[in-house]
Amino acid sequence: MTRRVVVTGLGTINPLGRDVESFWRAALDGISGVGEITAFDASEMKVHFAAEVKDFDPEEYIERKEARRLDRYGQLFWAATDQALTDAGISYEEDDPEALRAGVVVGSGIGGMISFQDGIDTMRERGPGRVSPLTITQIISNMAAGLVSIRYNLFGPNTCTVTACAASANAIGDAAEIIKRGAADVMVAGGAEAPVCEFAVAGFSQSRALSLNNDDPQGASRPFDADRDGFVMGEGAATLILEERGHALARRAKIYGEVIGYGMSSDGYHVTLPRPGGGGAARAMQHALDHAGVESSAIDYINAHGTSTVANDSTETAAIKSVFGGGAYDVPISSTKSMTGHLLGGAGALESLVCILAIRDGIVPPTINYTTPDPECDLDYVPNEAREVGVETAMTNSFGFGGHNVSLVFTAHD
Amino acid sequence: MDRAEVEAKMTDLLVDELGLDRDKIRMEATFEEDLEVDSLGVVELLMALEDNFGVAIPDEEAEEITTVGGAVDVVMEKLGD
Repeated sequence: MTRRVVVTGLGTINPLGRDVESFWRAALDGISGVGEITAFDASEMKVHFAAEVKDFDPEEYIERKEARRLDRYGQLFWAATDQALTDAGISYEEDDPEALRAGVVVGSGIGGMISFQDGIDTMRERGPGRVSPLTITQIISNMAAGLVSIRYNLFGPNTCTVTACAASANAIGDAAEIIKRGAADVMVAGGAEAPVCEFAVAGFSQSRALSLNNDDPQGASRPFDADRDGFVMGEGAATLILEERGHALARRAKIYGEVIGYGMSSDGYHVTLPRPGGGGAARAMQHALDHAGVESSAIDYINAHGTSTVANDSTETAAIKSVFGGGAYDVPISSTKSMTGHLLGGAGALESLVCILAIRDGIVPPTINYTTPDPECDLDYVPNEAREVGVETAMTNSFGFGGHNVSLVFTAHD
Repeated sequence: MDRAEVEAKMTDLLVDELGLDRDKIRMEATFEEDLEVDSLGVVELLMALEDNFGVAIPDEEAEEITTVGGAVDVVMEKLGD
């Protein structure tokens, strides 16, 4: 019998909220999580703003002794995962045989970038003998998966995806496939990013990907708007607990929805720019629909990649049109990056969580800062106001530097 | 710096730099067993001692340190040199 995969737990720490419900309220209210950078003095940078997580105290989740040894990206993922496991009602003692059937897949674009920068600074200023023995474990992008395995006794498959801004969409898709092929019954799947440091802000702004709208940080992330000029860097984490359906039913778990489609493709075109016309993105969406066994007309909501870069939003629009045909004009599409900023490797997991909540509540969050239509972006982007609309089935797109395209399809649980 | 001062400073370092619980820090406490300081933590501690006491502790001497009091002994000895 085919194994099906359902979502039984959610957790997030992101610029709009430090738990699922406060995040969701802010998203439905169309709040911007963007502001002047507080993590460091950014006054000399080309870009002064980002979407930062406010007032995060890792010691709410992690013992002080442990917390200080982790990079912020690891702390954020740990916290989101703690919430999600609690929500799912899952915990394992070390000798629990079920723990052998529980695993982790985490996506992160760049891992512990803040620690990387700090380590280089220390080495240059004080010599190699002063580099912290923890540096490597803080930086590596797989460590978030390792950490939660250690803390929560998750002894099954444990891995990571590092596909830039598609990373945690891959994490969720890969984790679902691990359950489907019988290698685990429960998977912690999610992503985390903590890139707000001089080095990453400088690097991304030099790559011409970031909005330069220093005069209006809260208006800077304006996906699909004619005046968009780049994405806004964000930080945070999101975790979904995926579970084999029969396993979830047997323990009478709360079931949010089902993961039914996972599609991937590569643009094979350019390191940062999407292939013109959106053929690569379209193939990922079509593969996800085919995998789900549904027609495009079944999709009630698309959470777009919608980064607010000139190239992404018009290309993604073209890709949606090529897959959805005339139906493209009827499906509500929003980019929650207008509010959360772009969580890079954490984005796919957070936006999957948005799809799940849209299915749960029958309401889709808006694309804020949408004021001036772009002739190349002429679909229904749910401008500025959340909309109550029945959502049975939802799609989310994530595309990453390198040309990685990922689409996921979620549906209500029957 | 007398021994009491070194002990007090050592305790502060263990709390501030290694995140240890102040209540558990006694001079006879072992790093590995009592304080659960792992191999990475030992390296952190040595760096902290060098930074805060201005003493250099070679690896072979560092390996002999097993307790908080032992670390104080080594620092006292280096300060006296």
